[in-house]
Amino acid sequence: MFFWIIRRDLLLAMRRRSDVLTTLFFFIIVVSLFPLGVGPEMNMLRTMAPGVVWVAALLASMLSLGRMFASDHLDGTLEQMLLSPQSLSMLVLGKALAHWLVTGVPLVLMAPVLGIQYDLTGEALLVLTVSLLLGTPVLSLIGAIGAALTLGLRGGGVLVSLLVLPLYIPVLIFGAGAVEASAAGLGAGAHMSLLGAFLLASVVLAPWTAGASLRISME
Amino acid sequence: MPVLQGKSLECVRGDRRLFHGIDFTLESGGLMQVQGPNGSGKTSLLRMLCGLALPAQGEILWDGTSIRALKGEYYAAMTYLGHLGGVKDDLTAIENLRVSSALAGVDIDEKQAHDALQHMGLGGRELLPAKVLSQGQRRRVTLARLLVCGTALWILDEPLTALDTAAVKLVRGLMERHLEHGGMIVMTTHQELEIAAGATQQLKLA
Amino acid sequence: MAINWFKYSSPASFYFLAGKMIPLFSIAAIVLGAAGLYIGFFVAPTDFQQGEAYRIIFIHVPAAWLSMFLYVIMAIWSGIGLAFNTRLSSMVATAIAPTGAMFTFLALWTGALWGKPMWGTWWVWDARLTSELILLFLYIGFMSLQAAIDDPRRADKAGAMIALVGVVNIPIIYFSVKWWNTLHQGATVSLTQSPKMATTMLTGMLIMSLACWMYAIAVILIRTRAIILERERHTAWVGELQLQGATR
Repeated sequence: MFFWIIRRDLLLAMRRRSDVLTTLFFFIIVVSLFPLGVGPEMNMLRTMAPGVVWVAALLASMLSLGRMFASDHLDGTLEQMLLSPQSLSMLVLGKALAHWLVTGVPLVLMAPVLGIQYDLTGEALLVLTVSLLLGTPVLSLIGAIGAALTLGLRGGGVLVSLLVLPLYIPVLIFGAGAVEASAAGLGAGAHMSLLGAFLLASVVLAPWTAGASLRISME
Repeated sequence: MPVLQGKSLECVRGDRRLFHGIDFTLESGGLMQVQGPNGSGKTSLLRMLCGLALPAQGEILWDGTSIRALKGEYYAAMTYLGHLGGVKDDLTAIENLRVSSALAGVDIDEKQAHDALQHMGLGGRELLPAKVLSQGQRRRVTLARLLVCGTALWILDEPLTALDTAAVKLVRGLMERHLEHGGMIVMTTHQELEIAAGATQQLKLA
Repeated sequence: MAINWFKYSSPASFYFLAGKMIPLFSIAAIVLGAAGLYIGFFVAPTDFQQGEAYRIIFIHVPAAWLSMFLYVIMAIWSGIGLAFNTRLSSMVATAIAPTGAMFTFLALWTGALWGKPMWGTWWVWDARLTSELILLFLYIGFMSLQAAIDDPRRADKAGAMIALVGVVNIPIIYFSVKWWNTLHQGATVSLTQSPKMATTMLTGMLIMSLACWMYAIAVILIRTRAIILERERHTAWVGELQLQGATR
């Protein structure tokens, strides 16, 4: 069932490739706008890079949250999901994982290329990519809660950003911090372990919370 | 055989009380038709019966146990077809049927899905994406779930909407067979529908 | 004598009980506030380092305390409402949010006013100020979510969910911000090294905190009463109230 959901969501994404590409291009554009705003001074760009890439990843991941449950809500599939004899938490976990595969993974793969624009060293690029790899699933999982709570509300898209962005802050701090720490020669180990801990905690807690929120929203 | 019971159910929407004091018992082989004008709470009642909505008062029992306590066990014995069919535009009829069956906890293979759709008169259209199907054909895809689900209780919200006479006949046959085998059906419909059933009861919402 | 506490968990009886309690808390807030301000402005000595500017702590610190306490209390009432399906607890949670947000804003505002003479800048990215700012975002998220939902039952439950998620995250957010702050220590001035406080300053601050508590309770009760009236406007007892033209 868990795999059915992932398979179905990936299949749907494949048939609507433009949605996936829109998110990716949003990410690229936001990251590319910063040098135009602050000037092409390489030293400054190098220190800004991790923060810029991470904030852009946060926004890109958040913007695509609306799709996580909305289309299933509109065509009635969500009702079926809530009435499934299988565990709703597993189902939500499957959907969050599919969301990450469709929006998070492309960002992770694109990040090193964008890092080069900001003249990051090889090591910094590696740390940035790994931190995104650990952090972006957390974004999808926490985002699922926000998406579930704002289901079917007017202005849901803006509302979800108010709910979810403050909760993203720890991920942002440790994600971007990892790159800075490694650049300062402190090693990114501590940051990475904390990101891993966030990931574990959100895998355990977020699907249940999002499932309960879905029931509230559908009642 | 299981029994579905409703005890003094009350539904409140915003400030309005749609209905209250609804009692019924539905036994094996029984059909319950829920009737009433638009806005009388038919859909709300059905959503309550399947566990999507909470009654403001009263409770719903399946075999003597509250459905809130049973959860998954009850869902495994029940199929709900709502207003919205749960048919995805971008998936083919076969994929739609297989996914919705998997959600209901029944894994069916390509062949079973194919046969069910054939039975519903969709032969030759199984591989088309649902967005090119007509309203009636999409409804048939939804109804095909009844063929593969194997549950005892069917809760159907306006199952006949958008169907032509041939399809209505098909669905009627399906229901009659289900009741004959000891199943139960709760349904709403605006159309006149003669269904041979062991015990038919009508629930009128004012 | 056994008191039946559950009697007051019904909105109707709570409405009347709250009506009797509001004047008490209001008077307490005024008296304590006057006493606290008197101590703050006239009794407490001038600080040898910070001069007169430090006197803003008599409102800044209580506001910051309350902003955090109120969020936790809001989450507790939300949790009770969610777990036991008691309408009144959810209404209280909804009533707390604006007051909590107001104190958060007040803490930020007075912090900025204090920062200008102290550090020559309105805003520093200090760990506490930043956490306080994030707390404001959490309050705003809670209120916007409830405002966007028309069905009060869903609004109560969805708000409760986000309040609980928020309260679980607050410690995590606080420690991440602290970590972030120590990593960038060079750029900021720390608030933590507070000079030793004179006893009168401490007394003044405690009395002001009590005053803020009393004010918060009075305002929350008033707001809860308004919410009860709005939600129960179709019930018999509210109808009777209207006929009597009574406010209490």
